[in-house]
Amino acid sequence: MAFTAPKETYSGKVYNVTIGTGDKAASFGGENVLPFLPFEGTIPNKPLIAYEIQDVPPADWPENVQKPFSSFSGDPVTWAKFCQDTLKAKAIALRLIGTHPDRENRSPEDAAKTVRDVLSAINVPLIILGSNNAEKDAPVLVAAAEAAKDKNCILGKAQEANYKTIAAAAMANNHKLIAMSELDINLSKQLNILITQMGFDKERLITDPMCSALGYGLEYTYSVMERIRLAALTQNDLTMQPPMVADIGMYVWKIKETQAPESDMPLWGNAEERGIAWEAATAAALLMAGAELLIMRHPKAVEAVGKLIEEL
Amino acid sequence: MIIIGEKLSIIAKRVREAMMKKDKGPIQEIAISQWKAGAGMIDANIGPAEDGGEDLMQWMVTTIQEVVSLPICLDTTNAKALEAGLKVHNNQWGKPLINSTSNDPERFPILELGAKYNAQVIGLTVGKGGLPADAEERAAIAAEIMGRAMEYGVPLEDIYLDPLVLQIATSQDHAKHVIKAIKMFQELNDPPMKTVVGLSNISNGCPKALRPILNTYYFGLLMYEGLTAAIADAHEVTETSKTIDVIMGKTLYAHSYLEM
Repeated sequence: MAFTAPKETYSGKVYNVTIGTGDKAASFGGENVLPFLPFEGTIPNKPLIAYEIQDVPPADWPENVQKPFSSFSGDPVTWAKFCQDTLKAKAIALRLIGTHPDRENRSPEDAAKTVRDVLSAINVPLIILGSNNAEKDAPVLVAAAEAAKDKNCILGKAQEANYKTIAAAAMANNHKLIAMSELDINLSKQLNILITQMGFDKERLITDPMCSALGYGLEYTYSVMERIRLAALTQNDLTMQPPMVADIGMYVWKIKETQAPESDMPLWGNAEERGIAWEAATAAALLMAGAELLIMRHPKAVEAVGKLIEEL
Repeated sequence: MIIIGEKLSIIAKRVREAMMKKDKGPIQEIAISQWKAGAGMIDANIGPAEDGGEDLMQWMVTTIQEVVSLPICLDTTNAKALEAGLKVHNNQWGKPLINSTSNDPERFPILELGAKYNAQVIGLTVGKGGLPADAEERAAIAAEIMGRAMEYGVPLEDIYLDPLVLQIATSQDHAKHVIKAIKMFQELNDPPMKTVVGLSNISNGCPKALRPILNTYYFGLLMYEGLTAAIADAHEVTETSKTIDVIMGKTLYAHSYLEM
């Protein structure tokens, strides 16, 4: 007798989110099944990978992930164009890390100018990220949201401490919004509720349960993501149905395993390959957990994960 | 949990007067209020309605569904009134629920209506011989009703078994029997049988201040045993319903869970 795979049915569905404008607009989410189980339902969109760039030179990135971008380091506009034209990025994530008070402390106006410059150079969708300084992100992301008005970007990240300002800016300028909480499913649900209670459409939200790198708490992120997706699909929990983002590059490329040179750690092998593998493995795990949007750095890691997405 | 908003009953003076005068205002106001408080269905109780029951039930169904996108629980012993109501019921918002049949042969024609109009039917676990003594007797009657439903062509997933809640002030022992019956009913079939209670009957005859207390605690215990639906005041039980769902892990906790 032929084998029949047992099938689950789900009562809920993840919201379909489209970002960007024109023919380069990109969609993710929209599925009514767990990741990579198309035989149990429909998965209208593949996960989307965005290349991370930033507003200031990536001096804080390990050398091996600076290298692919070294010919123009420092200029976000050429960086963005390189990602779009040479690396064929489907989306770009601009992190305004230079606005952080402990870094260059760039002003909201400077940040807005960078956003405008990058937007005028590219036609793929843009994700605009603050520096994760809750206080500074509020004015920076308000200015950035206005600079990108009606470009249908993703703005992030709204946290418990600053969501009101940032959600209002996203709403007023027609952007999507990332809501981030710190590895706690109940707080994640609560933040989504609070944001929607302001009148923000839940179908324009993206949940960030907070990322972590392989070996540095990945299992926590994995577990929270998996439970969010199960609540969305099996309990039809409307507050947990926005797609999820995994902000991978930032977490992976700051750990020892992606930085230590082979001369220090001969048993760990080639440092460049190791870093790429680490980023790709972290990304693959979070795809399994249910992430629909990935933010990544190394072109070879993106290529490997892209291949995985195509093949599964 | 399906809350069947109970406030539209001929027993209430304001509702009775509106029914007599065919005044839509109060009826619609109550229906909307129950809906907004979390009701998933609206009970339309017109009593035995021997005179003009058909017109009255039709008027109730259309009046409620004019303003509320919910199915109706048609609550009367008058079979003709039931049929009249079923004819005008808008099934777009869900199947109607007939309240009720039982193991009394006089009530079997109700099952015919259920089959004919693709309606759900409440099976009250009483027979011709009076009230059931305990949970086991309720389950035995339930099994007979299920057999009868199949005979009349009503699928078992459309049957809601009602163990008959009695007044705690006069029949204290039955409070426990009913809880046990809710558990036993579910075991009569796979997938489990659906269950329903007329919740506020527990506190009937009790001082007014005690009624919501008795109703909500009792409701919590019944939910724990897996109750599917309750004819109740949505304003009174929604908070309990959401809280028990959180405690039982059926909804994900968040600080604002009551607001969702």
